[in-house]
Amino acid sequence: MATTPLTLRELSKKEVLLTAGHRMCSGCGAPPVVKMVLLASEYPVVAANATGCLEVCTCISEYTAWKIPWIHSAFENAAATIAGVETMYRSLKKQGKIDKEIKFIAFGGDGGTYDIGFQSLSGAMERGHDMLYICYDNGAYMNTGIQRSSATPFGADTTTCPAGSVVPGKLQKRKDITKIMAAHGIPYAAQASPSHWQDLMKKVKKALEIKGPKFMNIIAPCNRGWRSATDDAILLSRLAVETCYFPLYEVENGATKITVTPREKKPLVDFLKPQGRFKHMFAPENEWMLKQAQEDVDKEWEKLQREAKASEVS
Amino acid sequence: MKLKGWKEVTPGAVVTKAGSAEEFKTGSWRSFRPVWLEENCIQCMFCWIFCPDMAIEAKNGKRGVFKYDYCKGCGICALECPGKKGKKAIVMEEEGK
Amino acid sequence: MGKVVAVTGNEAVAEALRQVNPDVCAAYPITPQTDMMQRFGSFVNNGKVKTEIILTESEHSSMSACVGASAAGGRVITATSSQGLALMFEILFIASGTRLPIIMPVVNRALSAPLNIHGDHSDAMGARDAGWIQLWSENTQEAYDNTIQAFRIAEHPDIRLPAMVCLDGFIISHSIERIEYLDDNEVSNFVGEYKPVNPMLDIEHPVSYGPLILPDYYMEFRKAHDAVMSKVSKVVLDVAKDFEKISGRKYGLFETYRLEDADIGIVILNSAAGTTKDVIDEFREKGIKAGLLKPRLYRPFPYKEIGEALKHLKAVCVLDRADAFGASHGPLYIDIASSLYPYEKRPILINKIYGLGGRDYMPGHAELVLNELVEIAKTGKINVVKEYIGVRE
Repeated sequence: MATTPLTLRELSKKEVLLTAGHRMCSGCGAPPVVKMVLLASEYPVVAANATGCLEVCTCISEYTAWKIPWIHSAFENAAATIAGVETMYRSLKKQGKIDKEIKFIAFGGDGGTYDIGFQSLSGAMERGHDMLYICYDNGAYMNTGIQRSSATPFGADTTTCPAGSVVPGKLQKRKDITKIMAAHGIPYAAQASPSHWQDLMKKVKKALEIKGPKFMNIIAPCNRGWRSATDDAILLSRLAVETCYFPLYEVENGATKITVTPREKKPLVDFLKPQGRFKHMFAPENEWMLKQAQEDVDKEWEKLQREAKASEVS
Repeated sequence: MKLKGWKEVTPGAVVTKAGSAEEFKTGSWRSFRPVWLEENCIQCMFCWIFCPDMAIEAKNGKRGVFKYDYCKGCGICALECPGKKGKKAIVMEEEGK
Repeated sequence: MGKVVAVTGNEAVAEALRQVNPDVCAAYPITPQTDMMQRFGSFVNNGKVKTEIILTESEHSSMSACVGASAAGGRVITATSSQGLALMFEILFIASGTRLPIIMPVVNRALSAPLNIHGDHSDAMGARDAGWIQLWSENTQEAYDNTIQAFRIAEHPDIRLPAMVCLDGFIISHSIERIEYLDDNEVSNFVGEYKPVNPMLDIEHPVSYGPLILPDYYMEFRKAHDAVMSKVSKVVLDVAKDFEKISGRKYGLFETYRLEDADIGIVILNSAAGTTKDVIDEFREKGIKAGLLKPRLYRPFPYKEIGEALKHLKAVCVLDRADAFGASHGPLYIDIASSLYPYEKRPILINKIYGLGGRDYMPGHAELVLNELVEIAKTGKINVVKEYIGVRE
């Protein structure tokens, strides 16, 4: 199969299979992620979507922004739904009723992935369906109005865990979904960011060439929930990478590889400062929060580097 | 547009016209308008890949005009635009001014 | 013609599913459905079917996978009981609202709490308004026959709705009965080739399933679903006629037993109908005109036809193997009462709740009820409209 080089010049000659006219908020980080994922595929793609912003905004009434076969069923079952589609594909292919090579992708937000869809995702990964699950991670239930999820970062102010006078926002760390998925022993798990579009698309391309279950967690800033500007989704996703808050790495057949190492690891506050959800952490009495957040990032980054090193050796 | 009656809706609410969202114009959401200054454009295509609204035309590997019918005016393109010699190729202008 | 066998309900339904040979099956174990899907899994792993099976991590994922597989464009099955059906509840509505003809045997079992694995109808009754077709089966033969017919009904181009085939947990699922199997090719000819509508795997014609529908259109989709439900009865009868041609067995929307000239009658679902028929025979021998009506198509409920069949009776008892807590009466009673309401002259109705959580329904229970009906028919007086029978004080 002819492959499109990962240059924007060449990619822009391809048809974008998520159209204009969708109703995601101005400056949302999710549509560029979906656009990059679909552009990276050299194969026809069939997708499932968990209930959430991406789903409600891209398929309302008679208006669908999808130019690929697409299904939304419920919030917590995108993985099981695409597993059903993929299984029917295998059945019909075995029976000689279909001969095309088709790839299967599920999209879910962090609520639909880390939380309510976790079991469905874990089951689908364990069963070995030939599918790629993509979590677009904006760190809260943004569609219902910015409620805390297990992907919400430490300290963040959300509508269900607001920065109050007694409890200053979310006091727990994010669930490390990518490593949990890698621990399923699946052939490929990775983290990506739309700021690093080439890295993201390379990972999607690689994932689609691997048979079996694949998982990618992709950061997708939400200016409403993060209380940031409408123009900084890409900038913030870049800062998430450069501060090592959201490191870009992949775990391929158990081997960890950091795919983008920041030239200079920026302080976490560079990522936190432009976001209103962390504003209270900059108050003098909450200094400990900034310190703890930075320590957590440092610890995780060091751990990841150790894992990558160990993979190099072995 | 005349709303359909129950006998006319598609069984199971399946949408059979792919990409029909293009019939829905989101340009009216915009309060700031991106303006392309071609002379400062190096055709890096960052604006095209980062645009959340698929509102930048691409032809023969080069960026074309803004599709103002869809552009919501977020300004990502202008912020990410590297421009030429320190001069941006995309600037945001307030609508109605 | 097929062969005569001695099999359990689960075995017979599994055999029907093998003969239909669906494209995809999603399965999760739950008592008393378990050995039906075990048998099917064995068909898959021994190459007896072309089916791809998904052994999910929950019933919720089973039904979700069924939705995906059916929308992809092929014939899809699953099976469940009790808590499993309850866990699927959310997705049942998505399957029917999306008009996906998934076939699901439901081996009826009580719901928790308290935990109980035995037969009653609480599970399927809880899902009766989920927009699915429900066929109920008295015995193993009916469960087998209904399963085969369910595909034709559900997949009919005028219908395209999912269907449940209900059979009583343990009483039918685990007891051995003598039944007749059809030949494999008779079954496959009867159900025919599956004809997908808007299949997702047709990548040349990409479709979107599951849009957000706002108040401007939601009611139109609900009304359209309601209109489809109203077409089901006719299709059920047409399919039954075709089925009779290959099996010699007659099916309708419901079965009546010695009802035409009856004064008193019992309305009852599934396996308890068999016991009741025996007692009715005894009463007939005593010269008491007793009869029975056993609904087969419970959803959509054939109100008109059932009203017509019962209106001439003096007194009727509806026996419910499930309660509808806080409602006026048991679920079946409520439907029967609605069917009879349009008639100025109609039978006196009473309601008994029986057999919950696998409590035995004995001939004595039917006798008790029939004797009470004799009294009511004579005096026109009712002591209590709804009561539990076979329960300790």
